Amino acid sequence: MNLEIILFIVLALVAVVSSVAMITRPHPVISAVFLILNFFALSGLYLLLNAQFIAVVQVIVYAGAIMVLFLFVLMLLNTNKEDNIFKQNKALKIFAIAIAVLIFAQVAFLIFFSSPSDALNSQVAESVQSGTIQQIGTKLYTDYILPFEAAGFLLLAATIGALVLSKKKFE
Amino acid sequence: MPQSNTEYLQILPFILMGSGIVISVIIEMFYKKSEPVLGWFSVLLFITVGFVSLASINDSAVLFNNMIEVGGKPAIFNFIFTFGAAVMILSSMNYISKYGIYFGEFFIIVQSSVLGMMIMAGAKDLFMIFMGLELMSICFYVLAGLNRKKIQANEASMKYFLLGAFATGFIVYGIALMYGSSGTTSLPYIFENFSSLISNVLFVTGLGLFLIGFSFKIAAFPFHMWVPDVYQGSATTITGLMSTGGKTAAFSVLIIMLSAVFANNAANTFEPYFAGISVLSMLFGSIVAIAQDNLKRMLAYSSIAHAGYMVIGLAAGNQDSVAGIIFYLAAYTFMNLGAFGVLSIIEGKDDTLLDINSYAGLNSKSPILAAFMALFMFALAGIPPMAGFFGKYYVFIAAIKSDLTWLAIIGVLSSVISVYFYLRVVVYMYFKESTVNFSIEKNNTGLLAVVISGILILVFGIIPDTLLNVIISVLNF
Amino acid sequence: MSILEIIIITFVKILFIITAMLLTVSYSVYFERRISAWIQTRLGPNRVGWEGILQPFADVFKLLLKEDIVPEKSNKPLHTLAPFIALFVAFSTYAVIPMGPEVTIFGYKVNLVVADVNIGILYVLALTSLGVYGITFAGWSSGSKYSLLGGVRASAQMISYEVSMGFSIAGVVMMASSLSPVAIVNSQYGWMWNAIVQPIGFITFVISAFAETNRLPFDLPEAEPELVGGYHTEYSSMKFASFFLAEYANMIIASAMIVTLYLGGWQVPYIDKLGLGETLTTLIQVGAFFAKIGALIFFFIWVRWSIPRFRYDQLMNIGWKVMFPLSLLNVVWVAVVLMIFN
Repeated sequence: MNLEIILFIVLALVAVVSSVAMITRPHPVISAVFLILNFFALSGLYLLLNAQFIAVVQVIVYAGAIMVLFLFVLMLLNTNKEDNIFKQNKALKIFAIAIAVLIFAQVAFLIFFSSPSDALNSQVAESVQSGTIQQIGTKLYTDYILPFEAAGFLLLAATIGALVLSKKKFE
Repeated sequence: MPQSNTEYLQILPFILMGSGIVISVIIEMFYKKSEPVLGWFSVLLFITVGFVSLASINDSAVLFNNMIEVGGKPAIFNFIFTFGAAVMILSSMNYISKYGIYFGEFFIIVQSSVLGMMIMAGAKDLFMIFMGLELMSICFYVLAGLNRKKIQANEASMKYFLLGAFATGFIVYGIALMYGSSGTTSLPYIFENFSSLISNVLFVTGLGLFLIGFSFKIAAFPFHMWVPDVYQGSATTITGLMSTGGKTAAFSVLIIMLSAVFANNAANTFEPYFAGISVLSMLFGSIVAIAQDNLKRMLAYSSIAHAGYMVIGLAAGNQDSVAGIIFYLAAYTFMNLGAFGVLSIIEGKDDTLLDINSYAGLNSKSPILAAFMALFMFALAGIPPMAGFFGKYYVFIAAIKSDLTWLAIIGVLSSVISVYFYLRVVVYMYFKESTVNFSIEKNNTGLLAVVISGILILVFGIIPDTLLNVIISVLNF
Repeated sequence: MSILEIIIITFVKILFIITAMLLTVSYSVYFERRISAWIQTRLGPNRVGWEGILQPFADVFKLLLKEDIVPEKSNKPLHTLAPFIALFVAFSTYAVIPMGPEVTIFGYKVNLVVADVNIGILYVLALTSLGVYGITFAGWSSGSKYSLLGGVRASAQMISYEVSMGFSIAGVVMMASSLSPVAIVNSQYGWMWNAIVQPIGFITFVISAFAETNRLPFDLPEAEPELVGGYHTEYSSMKFASFFLAEYANMIIASAMIVTLYLGGWQVPYIDKLGLGETLTTLIQVGAFFAKIGALIFFFIWVRWSIPRFRYDQLMNIGWKVMFPLSLLNVVWVAVVLMIFN
């Protein structure tokens, strides 16, 4: 067994355990803590795939910014114990499990039974090559310049929207 | 590869729209009384962009590394979006101060949503579809809840946001599956290999999820739950934009995604799906609308029914039906915007005077408004010389061509049902005595918007064949 | 070089840095007390050893021997975890900061940096963005309102200032066209220090660094008059010491980052023109790096004892309405400079 596989197994275990812990803990803040741990494991997995940029962005954006805001809200609300919605509604639990099984079956099918097309294989090889930040930057500013600019306008609109909804002076 | 300068020139409509948004932000920032300036600036911007798009209707091109298409079909859609938005801004100028959202940001968000629609209509890549959709949807969520002091507006915004996000989840999951099975997000590549991909279970699942997501956006029957509350809770002119521009943009994406089907006459795998939702939407919309006394709610249900008629075209899946849908969308946009324009003029403070009883005897209060409202109602009902009739007619003919005669018959039946509630408004306006006492405020820009939509509908109704031929000539599958 | 050699060399480097960090951190506490005393014409600690030089060790022993109190209402696992996060983040950032040029020791070519990764700057940003968790968890898990307020303030403040910090760094990255700290230092050859080329970015970065390290005038998370001790109100013994150490370690990291990004790192202008021997040059360069850090630490302390604390709304206004536009302006400025001179 080489180092890569050992690392993969460790990170995958952490990811699975932390995500299970996340949905089973009754306290929302503790759930958030496990989610952060999960993000770390994922970022490690990205590193193993040579996607350094995605790995670091995962930590900076998700763990470093979004989850801090989540925690911020959870702490200010100071909810002590989340009421278990599954206890109030048994049918919901069955529905949720069914959806989970469906998605799991589909992912399993994707991994083990579907034969990916040749185009996909070559793309995977290419994307492993282009995980470095220089290549991502080049792609973003040439091939994907238009979606990139569109994302800029999306963020602008979202910012203006958030500002206008929380306007102080509201006649 | 880097882009050439001509490519930048060709996406001029998008560049104009984008710089317009940025300029509006700067105006809003440095100018104290920015609202009237921004209003007229938006109208000017929309009309300019609309004409620039129309000017390039005959030289269609796919630009920026297969990302976006300009000219041709997108040019027509851009015309619908920009002119619709211009009409909507005209109706809004006085209305928004009455409704309590007299902010400069209102115009900026409307401009952004139109940019999103334009991106959707021109998209040649799943990325672009998603970006445009999100840009448009986020603007709509904000617009719906712009007056945060109104509880109904908050409810509308919240419902719209939650269900819209749910629908977006479907769409993204569908995109992921399509990417996973085809290995690309580029639509031209997907279309080339469509015949082999359509036998791939994952691809079909992905496309199915994608279509379900967009069925939310066009407000077709099983996915319509949000429509009545959102349309009723939002400001009237905003509802006008959501029900026309938003629906048109969603249909433009559906047409793009299925153009491989329309082009190669490949087996239309999704025909049963579309036939099903169209029948349900038509009947549900028409029947439930009968029971509505609130005109905004009635128009909401009628918009579900209209989505049903248009989906018939998707089920038929041939070139004529696409041309029919586009014509129908153009006609529907202006008749609906006109109707909402009249509503916004008559509406009082705090969501009053939206009831059908307020329209009793409107003819004696304001003959012009009554006449135009009657025109819009006739058009929506699909009474022959109006634009609405030809929209339905072209779609039904296309359905018959594709051996879907039964669908066309249900369509005709449901339009007959819908005549009842449209004409009820006309009857109230002309043959009933007024019971509610109110005076109509002077609203010149609003009236202008109503007149423009009325004229456009008449034009569409007088020369439908010419317009349809233009649409067919630019359809390039 | 075999893998074993690489591992040994890296291990030696890590050991060296941890020792150096622990010593400098404890002594920066001592210096803070002495300098503050000097600024206020007091004496400061001068009893333990010559001029109080052994004071840090006395302090550490005192804290070690204290009782570790965990409040009844606290969330115990998180309460214990928080100081470790704070320390871990503070110490691991140092891995990517280059202390000197490549040198040859005992026949081995050694880079004076623990890890020369090509996304080093992003690594630092990622870790600093995690630093907030130590404080937030501490604040929340203590189960006390003062701690909670401190934690919430900390998260809001750090997120706000991270934005302008990131944009200031963007200017540096554009200049060096690399995210590797080694390359960034190499690009500041001669007098081409980034502090001179992009003064706006330098100022915004320094101010953001003050806010990120929660030092006065931005020490609202632990503002004593309002919040008792802020997020570490409920901590005692070694856990408290960990926070204390982490704060000073962060200050040193911030100084090291400022030196690396803006003050030329270990570069001494035109030293290679003097014709000194290679060993001497390297020694001077490494010395210069530490001297620059020392000067900055003095600056940090000086500011703390000279400037009063901001009010909370002022802090947010400065962050979003002044620092953020200025750092954007800096990006534009760097782009213009690059366009003209390239």
